[in-house]
Amino acid sequence: MSGIERPDDFESRRAHLQKLSDAELHAYFWELADKIIEPLIEEARTHTTPSIERSVLLRMGFSSFEAKALVDKMRGLGLLGHGAGHLILKVTTAKNLSVRAAGEALLDGHHWEVLST
Amino acid sequence: MKLSPDQKLDIREVLKDLAFYRPKRKGWTWRQPITDQQVGPFILKDTSKNLTNSVPLPAAHAFEDMDPQCAVVVTTEIASGRFEDDLRRMRMVAWHGADHIMVIRTTGQSHIDGLIEGTPEGVGGIPVTRKQIRATRKALDAIEEEVGRPINFHSYVSGRAGPEMAVLFVEEGVNGAHQDPQYNILYRDINMHRSFVDAAEAKQILADGAILQLDGAHNANATAKEAWKVTPELFVQHAINSVFSRAVGMKKSYIALSTVPPTAPPAPKLRLDLTYAVALREVFQGYTFRAQQNTRYMETDTMEATVTHVLDTLISRLTSTQIQSTITPDEGRNIPWHYNNVAGVNAARQTLMGLDGLDDLVTLREGGAWREEARNLKERAVLFLEEILKGGGYYAAVAAGQFVDSGYFPERKGDGILRLPDKGDDADTVIPRASDYGAPVCSHFGKNIYAAEKKKVCEAYGGCTLCDPSKIQYIDEADLEDNVETRLSKPLADLAAGLLSPEVEKHADGVVCVTIFVPDSPEIAEAAAIEMAKHMGLTNPEVISRRVMHPAEGSVFEIKGVFQVKINKQELSLTVPEQPLPDKEIEAWVRPRRLHIVAATVGEDEHSVGLHEILDIKHGGIEKYGFLCHDLGTSITIERLLDAAMEYKACAILISTIVTHAHVHEQHMRRLQELATQRGVRDRLLLLAGGTQVTDELARECGMDGGFGRGTTGHDVASFLVRTLRQREVK
Repeated sequence: MSGIERPDDFESRRAHLQKLSDAELHAYFWELADKIIEPLIEEARTHTTPSIERSVLLRMGFSSFEAKALVDKMRGLGLLGHGAGHLILKVTTAKNLSVRAAGEALLDGHHWEVLST
Repeated sequence: MKLSPDQKLDIREVLKDLAFYRPKRKGWTWRQPITDQQVGPFILKDTSKNLTNSVPLPAAHAFEDMDPQCAVVVTTEIASGRFEDDLRRMRMVAWHGADHIMVIRTTGQSHIDGLIEGTPEGVGGIPVTRKQIRATRKALDAIEEEVGRPINFHSYVSGRAGPEMAVLFVEEGVNGAHQDPQYNILYRDINMHRSFVDAAEAKQILADGAILQLDGAHNANATAKEAWKVTPELFVQHAINSVFSRAVGMKKSYIALSTVPPTAPPAPKLRLDLTYAVALREVFQGYTFRAQQNTRYMETDTMEATVTHVLDTLISRLTSTQIQSTITPDEGRNIPWHYNNVAGVNAARQTLMGLDGLDDLVTLREGGAWREEARNLKERAVLFLEEILKGGGYYAAVAAGQFVDSGYFPERKGDGILRLPDKGDDADTVIPRASDYGAPVCSHFGKNIYAAEKKKVCEAYGGCTLCDPSKIQYIDEADLEDNVETRLSKPLADLAAGLLSPEVEKHADGVVCVTIFVPDSPEIAEAAAIEMAKHMGLTNPEVISRRVMHPAEGSVFEIKGVFQVKINKQELSLTVPEQPLPDKEIEAWVRPRRLHIVAATVGEDEHSVGLHEILDIKHGGIEKYGFLCHDLGTSITIERLLDAAMEYKACAILISTIVTHAHVHEQHMRRLQELATQRGVRDRLLLLAGGTQVTDELARECGMDGGFGRGTTGHDVASFLVRTLRQREVK
């Protein structure tokens, strides 16, 4: 696949820009850039990824190996949309465990039933 | 850990107790500019604090050994594959003025879904792991104490593990990072949704950690067929990353545009690149600029690359930059060698110091063709943005191949990099956040049930690692074979045995580079040059640079090869030459005494240049210290010399003797000694001889008080005269 081909038609395309002052042109540039970014930021605000969730678990005191194993399992069970950190905290509350103990228990295969409800 | 300038960096010490090491400082640090600072004999306009330890530029000896430090941060990129070797390179570049050290990641790390641990060896860079960066930060913390200036440590937050990498960087005291989702998409073919969603989290972490962010736009320069035509798009790439970063909450001053002057001579570089540089800075006012040097048009000739890089630095200086990055002059021919990192840094600081005070001298002339072209560039960039929106937004534009097309937009050649929104690595890994989505940690971006709480989100469980670093989980090694401990056995054994090998990249790699000119046609000359290198004892000789001087008269080659002999330093016989006295001390002693010196080239010998070099003030000769010199000329007899010495009541006779046929130079020296003794004036006169075949040993054997061979300067002779005469005076 390839993109479109087009000759340099700058002179005809620029007509509507020529009347703008430099300052107006700069402002228009940033206005367009803002518009392009809007949907990208909204998507980021409302979605997550395995890497984001692993980075949350790192910050909660898990090693990279532990974070990866936990996130893989959560994703496999379709739970990742709740947030890996949130899931760990659910186990700490339900089982009265520390954050690390909850994560280690999950890694050992325990307490997953708390999360499936 | 404390370093001493006369001791090598002890890697064992770096690795000791790493599990408990915490960086002494976090976030980015700028140099503190000082205007009107007295450095050496000058008042300089654009400097920062001097270093406590450094290696000055070569010409500094003529200017009181001044080593001014420019006001902008100077970057070098380091990439050998072994972090333990890189640390020594970092120390060398820090002594030469670099304070932003960018560590390149091993090939393919972008494609690894998660973090790597331990200290495995890399290719073209290091695997960035917690242990490697912690060790590097620890070494840099010691190096910055040694040189007396903070050093910014930098690496990459791209690929499939961006957010994790960002956490790691903040935890371990990395100060700068590349982060640009467009890099993932265009050059790593990682899914575009994944790249932007990850980028927001990564940027939030970097922003809160005060890490300076660089974008990835310079890659378009490096990949485009005709780099000067991609300039309208570069405005757009910079804008997409900048606006996205600001939307996450990053401050403008922490968003650095990675910008490269796109051309190189023989293209009309300044006219094209300066216009672009001015236009870019006008549109992106308030952002930080990281000026990179050109790599796109680098060939294997390091001198050519250096000249281009000097012009790049001139463009930085004629516009503005906060960070001057350097490219090693050998990047066009191999993975950079450590001394070329130093060469690159020196080219930039030499240029910047040479341009001190430029703003008082030069302004850009407004109006005319360049100004019109600058305006056109901006308009072309705006048209690019309009087309993105018209086509349905950023993702659709990439899918339509709008980026890195070789046309000068709005011209399109149809050869852009084309990626599809549902394709690429990790295409199916972006997950909508559920209504109860939560992330109970600091520096998290977006929808989060914990964010509504007034207190810190991590307080409920005693704090996240960003608040309580003792919670960081440190993994030492993950591979029993591929780690620094195994790799260190050889270097440590060599060190203990006192064995030395040449080196350009890694310990004892044995690589040397020889320059050979062969006077024949290019093909024959090259084949001959390789044979010559083999005869020098180099294994695997390889031509890394070739340049035709003339199609028939010859070509010059740089050839790298491996020199396999190890030298035992205990077996070296070292003669430590006496350091000459300081200029001021010599002059203070000589001038009031009005000392006469008689000199000549003796025998049938018409060579006069050598003696002029030693005597004449114009050549830095001994006259400048106040010696009253009487140069009798060439082909002078010993008798005449002694007559003149008597006449002027000289304290010393200097003879130059270049012709050595039948050992005539030795005869002249002996004759001078004999005649002076016969006349009863030997004790009153210092007799010195110089010449290309004269050595101190030979001269003394022939009855002289001292001898001076090749490479002698007036300073050496004056210093010898003062030391000897002073001693006699005391007696």
